[in-house]
Amino acid sequence: MNAEYRHLISEGLWNNNVGLVQLLGLCPLLAVTNTAVNGLGLGLATLFVLVASNVTVSAVRRWVTPEIRIPVFVLVIASAVTAIELLMAAWLYDLYRVLGIFVPLIVTNCAIIGRAESYASRNPVPQAAVDGLAMGAGFTALLVVLGALRELAGHGTLLREAQFLFGTGAAHWKITVWPGDHGLLLAILPPGAFFGLGLLIAIKNVIDARRAGRAAQPVAAQPATAPTA
Amino acid sequence: MKLAPTLRAPLVLGLFALAGALLVAGIHQFTAPRIADNERRVLLRGIHDVIPEDAYDNDVLRDTVTVRDPRLGTDEPVTAYIARRRGRPVGIILPVVAPNGYGGAIHLLVGILADGTVGGVRVLSHKETPGLGDKIERSHSDWILAFTGRRLGDPPAARWAVKRDGGVFDQFTGATISPRAVVRAVKNALLYFQENRERLFAESAEARAPKP
Repeated sequence: MNAEYRHLISEGLWNNNVGLVQLLGLCPLLAVTNTAVNGLGLGLATLFVLVASNVTVSAVRRWVTPEIRIPVFVLVIASAVTAIELLMAAWLYDLYRVLGIFVPLIVTNCAIIGRAESYASRNPVPQAAVDGLAMGAGFTALLVVLGALRELAGHGTLLREAQFLFGTGAAHWKITVWPGDHGLLLAILPPGAFFGLGLLIAIKNVIDARRAGRAAQPVAAQPATAPTA
Repeated sequence: MKLAPTLRAPLVLGLFALAGALLVAGIHQFTAPRIADNERRVLLRGIHDVIPEDAYDNDVLRDTVTVRDPRLGTDEPVTAYIARRRGRPVGIILPVVAPNGYGGAIHLLVGILADGTVGGVRVLSHKETPGLGDKIERSHSDWILAFTGRRLGDPPAARWAVKRDGGVFDQFTGATISPRAVVRAVKNALLYFQENRERLFAESAEARAPKP
């Protein structure tokens, strides 16, 4: 794997994560992350749209003049989202019903038109595809982690309703970490999403600051001092 | 041939619009039967929750009657499904709205057997508080099963209410409004059925009969 791809992947997954750093697509991020499976479903749908839109925008970048690029991007993204929505309604109907309005609303996720404008319209198809994949995977990972966090705090379970995404055989995947229905109610209500996202951003910043501190220290330095991150 | 930019831009844009429309139309054609089938399956699954699947033998999704009554909780006409066995009505499936839930309207499916007994009640959609009012959902608690087998008169009319209001149905700790709304909606649906029973079953049969 060459350096360009490695760079794209680390940008998408971590350094320039759509949700954690760019803070884009927060509407679906906050609305559907009440369980890990819901997060995964919307994350994957977004990932497919991102890859499709990036590849198309990159493939046609020579024909599309600057003055019509935004309407073209909008057309490409809207078509991709509608296609994915119909396919989900056909093959993942239960999940489609749970996610509801947030599947068509992927079209308003600024991250998608942002990548089309700032990356795909200026780079060749393979790079644009990897960029879409990495950005989509970073967003999906965040949705799943936030969903798992809220589900665990709110319901005391993990992977509930997995059958919506993986078929009826997955109904028993649900892991009950603590039984009973007396979880932290706040976590599954909308404010819980804000607290959860804030917590995850803080964790990422702490990790980044530690890394930067370690990189700045000479290798031979004594590790006795506590990190001041 | 080189086109002037003023002509080229709208042409390219038009081509994209066409390509997008064709793609969406193609996928729609391809998925439409499957989506219709999914919708049918989910509706049937809901119906079987409130009327036992083996109690009837007709095509319940096509044996319908359109009704409009304020006691069903909405001013809109709703589609009721009639279940029959060997042509005789065994029950009706009524979509009912409980307008006064804590978070707005609660949509219910109420199955009523021909003798006026509740076959079952299920919540289709609601906006009640997660963890409190959402126990009206079958997936969260058994509460909604308390209606099955009840009828007007069992309990008597005055006790068709939650316990806080002197009735027989439980409420939840911290949430009385949601169960109260559901109990009231089910009672109203039963009252409506009691008064319109003959008409409902006859009208549906009439609509179903082949035209002369």
